[in-house]
Amino acid sequence: MKIHEYQGKKLLKDYGVPIQDGYTIVNIDQAAETIKRVQREFNTKAVVVKAQIHAGGRGKGGGVKYSPDYNSAIINTENILGMNLITPQTGAEGKLVQKVYITQALDIAKEFYAAILLDRSKGKDVVMVSTEGGMDIEKVAAETPEKIEKVWIDPLLGMKSYQARTLAFALDLKGQAFKTAVKVFMDMYACYRGTDASLVEINPLVETEDGEVVALDAKFNFDDNAMYRQKEISGLRDLSEEDPTEVEAGKYDLNYIKLDGNVGCMVNGAGLAMATMDIIKLAGGDPANFLDVGGTASAETVKNGFKIILSDENVKAILINIFGGIVRCDRVANGVIQAVTDLGLKVPVVVRLDGTNAEEAKNILAQSGLSIITADNMQDAADKVVKATFN
Amino acid sequence: MSILVNKDSKVVVQGITGSEGTFHATQMLAYGTNIVAGVTPGKGGQTALDGKVPVFNSVEDAKKETGADVSIIFVPPPFAAESVLEASDAGIETVVCITEGIPVQDMITVKKVVDANGTRLVGPNCPGIITVDECKLGIMPGFITKKGSIGVVSKSGTLTYEAIGQLVDVGLGQTTAIGIGGDPIIGTTMRDLLEMFENDSETEGVVIIGEIGGQMEIEAAYWARDNMSKPVVGFIAGQTAPPGRRMGHAGAIVSGGDDTAEAKMRILKECGIDVCESVAEIGDKMLNALKK
Repeated sequence: MKIHEYQGKKLLKDYGVPIQDGYTIVNIDQAAETIKRVQREFNTKAVVVKAQIHAGGRGKGGGVKYSPDYNSAIINTENILGMNLITPQTGAEGKLVQKVYITQALDIAKEFYAAILLDRSKGKDVVMVSTEGGMDIEKVAAETPEKIEKVWIDPLLGMKSYQARTLAFALDLKGQAFKTAVKVFMDMYACYRGTDASLVEINPLVETEDGEVVALDAKFNFDDNAMYRQKEISGLRDLSEEDPTEVEAGKYDLNYIKLDGNVGCMVNGAGLAMATMDIIKLAGGDPANFLDVGGTASAETVKNGFKIILSDENVKAILINIFGGIVRCDRVANGVIQAVTDLGLKVPVVVRLDGTNAEEAKNILAQSGLSIITADNMQDAADKVVKATFN
Repeated sequence: MSILVNKDSKVVVQGITGSEGTFHATQMLAYGTNIVAGVTPGKGGQTALDGKVPVFNSVEDAKKETGADVSIIFVPPPFAAESVLEASDAGIETVVCITEGIPVQDMITVKKVVDANGTRLVGPNCPGIITVDECKLGIMPGFITKKGSIGVVSKSGTLTYEAIGQLVDVGLGQTTAIGIGGDPIIGTTMRDLLEMFENDSETEGVVIIGEIGGQMEIEAAYWARDNMSKPVVGFIAGQTAPPGRRMGHAGAIVSGGDDTAEAKMRILKECGIDVCESVAEIGDKMLNALKK
C-alpha cells in the first residue's frame, strides 16, 4: 500500500523527524486562506505548491512549483489542482491531481538521500544515505556506488546510534546538523518499524542555510500483510489513486493486475498465473491481465473472475488454467458452465484443467453444449486461446 | 534416500484443530505421513482426526511425549511467526510453515532466531514438502507424484504441481518436491536445497522453478555452477510481468537490477543450467538433460 507525501510527512513528524510542513487543499476556494495560513504559521513569504498523487517524478511533470510570493502561489495552485499530471511513473495517460499540498519554502544548502527498506539477500533492513540527494538513486547506485553508505539493522537489537553516526559522517555533516541527522535516522527507523513500512524514502533530505536537517519529501510503502495491526495506516489508503478494477477484484479476494493485451486469463496460484501470461506471449498473443483466483477456486470465484476480466473491453478471448490440487476440477468446470450461462458470455473461452478429477471435468465441459474450448496442457491452451483472438 | 523428510519423520501439526489444519492433516495421514501429535493451546489432552492423534498444549509437551522431530504449521498469520519460534525453541529440527500473510518484520526476526538455533525452516507461504510415497507435509496433492529420481524446488505452489505433472508425463518420478514459498523472507533457500539434492544418492536431477524478485535463483545458480554434478533444469516465471507491480506473491516484484525474469534466465544459462523459455518445456528438458 502507498500513501501521499503529506501523509508520509505527518507520520515522520509524529516520530520526531523535522519536515517541510504545510497544509493540503482539495478545492481551489481554499487556496487563498491556506496559502496565507502557511505564510503566517511558518513565517515564510515563499511557499511550495505540490501535487499529491501516488507517483514519483512530480517535479519533472510540472507538479511541484516554487512560489516566491502570494500571487505566484495562487497561480501555481490554480494550475496544478485538477491538472492531468504526467510523470515518468504515471505512464502516458497521467494522473488527475485531486489534492495539493502547500508547504513552507526553505533555503537549501545541501540535498541528501535517505531510505530504509528490506535487503532480501541479507534478511535484514538496510538504512542507506547518499550525498546525491534529489537524484534517481538507482542511477547513483549503478554509476557511483561509493556515494551510497549503508548500515544493516539487526532485528533483535534495532538501530544503534553508532550506525546512525556512520550515516551522518558519510554525509559529511558537522555540529548541530550532525546531531540532528543522527536523531533523524534513529526516528526514521522507529517510524519504519512502528508503521510496518516496507519502504521509507526521504529524497531529498536537506540541510538548510541555517543548519537545520529537514525532510523535503516522503515516500512510504507498507507491508499489506501487516495492515491488520495498523488500523491508522490502513485508513490512509486512497482508493481513488488505484485502478478501480483492481480495487473491485480485491473485494472478491481476487488478485488482479491489468495489462495491455487482449487475452484474459484466470489461473490458480501466482506462479502459474505468471507462467500462463508468459506462455501466451510466447504463443504470439498478449495477456490482458494477471489474475490469481487463489487456492479455493469455487463457482463463485470463477464467476467473479469472469466479471473482472470482462470489465476490460480489450479482452477478445479468455484462458482458464487451473491445476487442481485441493481444488476439484469438476467443481471448477461446473462453475465455468454456470458463469458462462449466467453472464451470457460472448468471447471464446479456452479451459485447461489438470489435477484432481480432471477427466470428469473434461466430460462435464464436453457435454455442456456450450462452445467452450478444452485444452490438454499449457502449450495447447496457449495456442488455442491465441488462435481464438484472431477469429 | 530423499531429503528433509521421510517415512521415519515424526510429525507434529501446529494448529491441528483449526479448519485448515484438520483438513490437511487428514489428507497427510491418508498419504501415510507419520503424524504423532497435534498442538492447539488450551486443547491439550484431547484428540484430533477422529481420535487418531493426541493434542498437546505446546510443542514442548508434544516433543517430550512423542519424540516429534518435524513440525508443520497451519496457524493464522497473526500467530504463525510465534508458532515457528515455539517449534524452534522446543528443538524441532525441521519446521514447515504453510501460513500465507505473515508480516515481513515478524519474519525478519524469526529468520534470525531459527538460523541461530539451527532450525531448518521451510516457508512460510508455501505448499510444503512431499517425499514421494513416504511423507507429505502441507497442501500438495499427493496423487500427482510418482516415486523416482528427480528433485523439485519451487517458489510457487501450483507451478510445482505443473512441473511434477510434466515430469510424470515424460516418465520421470520424483524423490522430494519442495515448495519454498514466495515471500521476501523465507527459511530454506533454493541454494540450500540444491546442496541437499546434490548430496542425496537417490536424486539424479533437479528442477528449480523461480520467479521475478529477489536474488535467490542467482545465488542457487552460482552454487550449482561451482558444485553441482547433477543436471539442473530451471524455469523463471514472470517474463511478461510489468516492473514495480507485485504479482500475487509478496516477493514477486521487479524492483530493479538482476531481479527480472530475463536477467535471471541469462545468469542461470551462464551457470550451465538448462533454462526453459516456456513452462511447457520442463518435462522434456529434464528428460534430455538426463540423457546427456
